[in-house]
Amino acid sequence: MPSLPTIQPEDVATAERASHAGNFDAPALDQHRDAIADYALRLGDDALILGQRLTEWCGHAPQLEIDLSLANLGLDLIGQATLLLGLAGELEGQGRDADALAFHRDVLAFRNCLMVEQPNGDFARTIARQFLFSTYQAALYEALQHSAAPRLAEIAAKAVKEVRYHADLAADWVIRLGDGSEESRQRMIDGLDWHWRFVDELFQMDAVEQALVDAAIGVDKAALRPGFDDVVGRVLTNATLPLPVYPRAVVGGRKGHHSEHLGHLLAVMQFLPRAYPDATW
Amino acid sequence: MGVAGRRFSTSLETNGSREDDRTSPFVSSEVEKRIWDVLENVPDPELPVLSILDLGIVRSVEPHRVTITPTYTGCPATLAIQASIRAALDAAGYRDVAIETVLSPSWTTDWITPEGRAKLQAYGIAPPSPAATATCPQCGSADTEEVSRFGSTPCKALWRCRACAEPFDRFKCH
Repeated sequence: MPSLPTIQPEDVATAERASHAGNFDAPALDQHRDAIADYALRLGDDALILGQRLTEWCGHAPQLEIDLSLANLGLDLIGQATLLLGLAGELEGQGRDADALAFHRDVLAFRNCLMVEQPNGDFARTIARQFLFSTYQAALYEALQHSAAPRLAEIAAKAVKEVRYHADLAADWVIRLGDGSEESRQRMIDGLDWHWRFVDELFQMDAVEQALVDAAIGVDKAALRPGFDDVVGRVLTNATLPLPVYPRAVVGGRKGHHSEHLGHLLAVMQFLPRAYPDATW
Repeated sequence: MGVAGRRFSTSLETNGSREDDRTSPFVSSEVEKRIWDVLENVPDPELPVLSILDLGIVRSVEPHRVTITPTYTGCPATLAIQASIRAALDAAGYRDVAIETVLSPSWTTDWITPEGRAKLQAYGIAPPSPAATATCPQCGSADTEEVSRFGSTPCKALWRCRACAEPFDRFKCH
């Protein structure tokens, strides 16, 4: 009579990590659990930080309609961040929910890209950031809808409809400002120049993301670049704007190497829940 | 509770308990019908003229579970809607019915019912439509234009009627 295989410590660990309902229908994903948590954290931090930046415009935009637009973009992004950080916290398994991850992490623990933490500058610079980031994010979510991880896929399928609208709105403004007055055109050029050095980081892959691509869970971001360049090229041509050129990309956000701006943003965003931990809305 | 249903739930969303299995199809459908009736009277907090059924966010009703889906990811009404459904179910004696939120398939304005669209138009909000122009909810003219891609909430755009000069909100296609 053949003997049963011995129970290995990793089998026990796997069983302990299974959710209450038992995720036995998705055993293939379990080995990628930590990587998916990290991935959701990156996507969630991008959305959270840009959402927070956009809310800084509330009450300060050049027109009421723009004020509403920017606040609504921020709201969509913070909604996406809530879902993504919620997923990250759940997979991480340390009892942290979306709020704990947003409000009780220090700057070095954030995994957002550098572009989203850049100061708003003037309206044109904010629009430049939104155009570049939303164009990238829409392509990313478009592809992520087909992820082998169902939770990521359903969040992406929901968010992509919102983000396509953001990308369209920002592209409209790039054209309007670029093809507008001498002043609006110069400001649009300056805004794009400011953010161009952060574009390469959006498409940068590392070992974590590559492993997820190999497992059909993550998106091959490098493959999204030609489509992005195409959209950006078309919109800038339409806006009669030159394509910015920068010799060197600045990277490091995914490792927690941030610009000084992020700390200032977090100080404002995190003050209340840290000073009054039991405060309720 | 089935594994597939459970997978998307969070602690916030499961309030009920389920102590028995109502297996009779007759009893189930009676209970379900009464729960649908309760939900028909739960308004959307931001568009009180619409019920949550008009809005198309109720995905299914079972004897022990109501499944809903959010409109936009950041919609602040999502939690308020859950709270109103909870209150309405409790008041009608359905304390053991859980409310579950699912993301997939994601909500679309195609799910707003024909009655819901008529109510929106009467309320002063042009219903979602792929048409290039909206019909002015004030005077009925089709001579209208978009002023801003966002209105007072993420789900609406700001429009203006050239005939009567009144501004109005138009539900975005989503």
